[in-house]
Amino acid sequence: MYCLNILVCIKQVPETRDVEVDENTGVLKREGVDSKMNPFDLYALEAGVQLKERYGGKVTVISMGPPQAAAVLKEAYMMGADAGILMSDRKFAGADTLATAFTLAQGIGRSGSFDLILCGKQTTDGDTAQVGPGIAEFLDLPHVSYVSSILALDADYITVEKDLTDGIQVCRVHLPCLLTLMETANQPRLPSYRLRLATSGRPIEVVSYKDLPPVKTEYYGLDGSPTQVERIFPPESHRDRIVYHGEPDEIANQLYVQLKEHRFI
Amino acid sequence: MLRVNYEKCNLCGRCMEVCPFGGIGIMADQVIINEKCRLCRQCIKHCPTGALSLSKSTKGLVNDAEWQGVLVFAEQSGGVIHPVTYELIGKGRELAKKLGQPLNCVLIGYQVRGKAAELLKYGVEKVYVYDYPELEYYSIEPFAAAIAAAIEKTQPNILLIGATSIGRSLAPRLAVRFRTGLTADCTVLDVKENGDLIQIRPAFGGNIMAQIVTPHHRPQMATVRYKVMEPAKADSCSKGEVVSCFINQSKLASRVTVLQATPKPEEASITDAEVIVAVGRGIRTEGDLNLALELAHLLGGQLGATRPLIECGWLPYTRQIGLSGRTVRPKLLIACGISGAVQFVAGMSNAEQIYAINSDPNAPIFNVATHAIIGDLYQVIPRLIQLIKGEGIRVLEEVN
Repeated sequence: MYCLNILVCIKQVPETRDVEVDENTGVLKREGVDSKMNPFDLYALEAGVQLKERYGGKVTVISMGPPQAAAVLKEAYMMGADAGILMSDRKFAGADTLATAFTLAQGIGRSGSFDLILCGKQTTDGDTAQVGPGIAEFLDLPHVSYVSSILALDADYITVEKDLTDGIQVCRVHLPCLLTLMETANQPRLPSYRLRLATSGRPIEVVSYKDLPPVKTEYYGLDGSPTQVERIFPPESHRDRIVYHGEPDEIANQLYVQLKEHRFI
Repeated sequence: MLRVNYEKCNLCGRCMEVCPFGGIGIMADQVIINEKCRLCRQCIKHCPTGALSLSKSTKGLVNDAEWQGVLVFAEQSGGVIHPVTYELIGKGRELAKKLGQPLNCVLIGYQVRGKAAELLKYGVEKVYVYDYPELEYYSIEPFAAAIAAAIEKTQPNILLIGATSIGRSLAPRLAVRFRTGLTADCTVLDVKENGDLIQIRPAFGGNIMAQIVTPHHRPQMATVRYKVMEPAKADSCSKGEVVSCFINQSKLASRVTVLQATPKPEEASITDAEVIVAVGRGIRTEGDLNLALELAHLLGGQLGATRPLIECGWLPYTRQIGLSGRTVRPKLLIACGISGAVQFVAGMSNAEQIYAINSDPNAPIFNVATHAIIGDLYQVIPRLIQLIKGEGIRVLEEVN
């Protein structure tokens, strides 16, 4: 038993990605969109809970967001997390990935020393995959992105398999470190009803700006965000096209002629 | 510009309602002012918490003159330059020309100097090479240290990195190290007259596009999606030079040890295929995949699929086209029984010719199709296969 202190980063994202932009106003239509835990974070949480079950220790979950983001931390309790931290403050709002990574790193630094920090490979709303590596840099930890499998763990090292798209790397990483996990890493468990009952009264620690240690330069929220969203707009989809309809035989003939003309046959 | 004080803002949305120009949106707990804003002050007047105000641009936090040129990270593995590099050079050259600034590359690895000369053929002014044994295999800390050294040395206005798994792991660390802005997975890049990089990227799985700038920080960093930009063409003459760079070896220490690096089995990849037959939920059974596979073979192409079929386990993940799969840019893509969810379209809309077969005339796939076939794939494809096969027989007959 190593008694690991594991931290899992979680984000609350909109339930659906089917958001639309009003073509006339350029404004995002978002009425009645529910929230859920970022699906990729489930793999990070599962990995954390599995390591705890195998080697002993504690899993803490952390999120940054409005007060209602506590819901995803509660959900993590039902999957085996032991403690939850919610970084919530008006000052944190409007953060880009740099400011988000900074804020989470500040919260993590304040909450103790972790052996292992786990994140999902990216979120389904921003799709950036930038916050995990950003946290690692702020905390001066090594990190490995796109971990496809956790292979082994000993007192000082974790061995993982990393997906490089055109290749696979097996690497041994000195603890403490940060990993971002792919969906191939494990099969996340479902929330447990037993744990739901058992953890219903478990508190979530809310950390606001005033709880954080002062730093020389601050990068919170909109003011700490170098990137600015200038505008949002719907994706384009206009092209001249040839339309085929009618009898299958006739369509097939036309297609054949067309493909031949373009030298695909 | 219009500024939002988030200590006061309660995201009530009143500003959005009263804006006569549709200049305000709220996304991810952030009030977004878009280009339609005319600074009419209606929102300021109506804001119940007094969170909005007008402020002068704070441009000038960085001295633009000290940050010049476009720097491209030339990704390589085992001495092979990743093809996204040539796409970055192609776009980088265009941006550099508009800015009247140089285009340079940084190449890191071990025994890769020879590759640097190759890059010069593509109109690169200087290739900064960090060639050390510690850089033989990709490892985050030494790689980040080498690129950071190149940034310090060259002070680029813009830094472009391929949105590969290596690029998307490296770039955020560098952005934090230089406390600058980074935009992920861009699909469109341009520059404003004042030198600001216009970065456009899909968000919400491609359902919306966002235009992002980094006005007050340098370098302006972007990762760029593979297979979206036009690759640079080699010039006959190369005037550039290769610069061998020194880095203190203590900076190349790594807490990550690569125990084993294996290339993935070279299975014919859909990313490089010139012809792809893609299948979606219109395919009823796993066995029916053979129909599409046969068509793909006859056309010398590869089989791709939408996410639901991958999730069924009918095809491996490497065959998935779309935002969470591969981006493809074939000459010909035949979409069979695919409705055309934006997540899928984002991964294939750059195909030169898109033939879409769907029985539903309102299927969104037809919006991106160059050839819209309204019909039943189970009737059309077998007939098409027959015709193509007939061709083969005829050719054989002619030969005989």
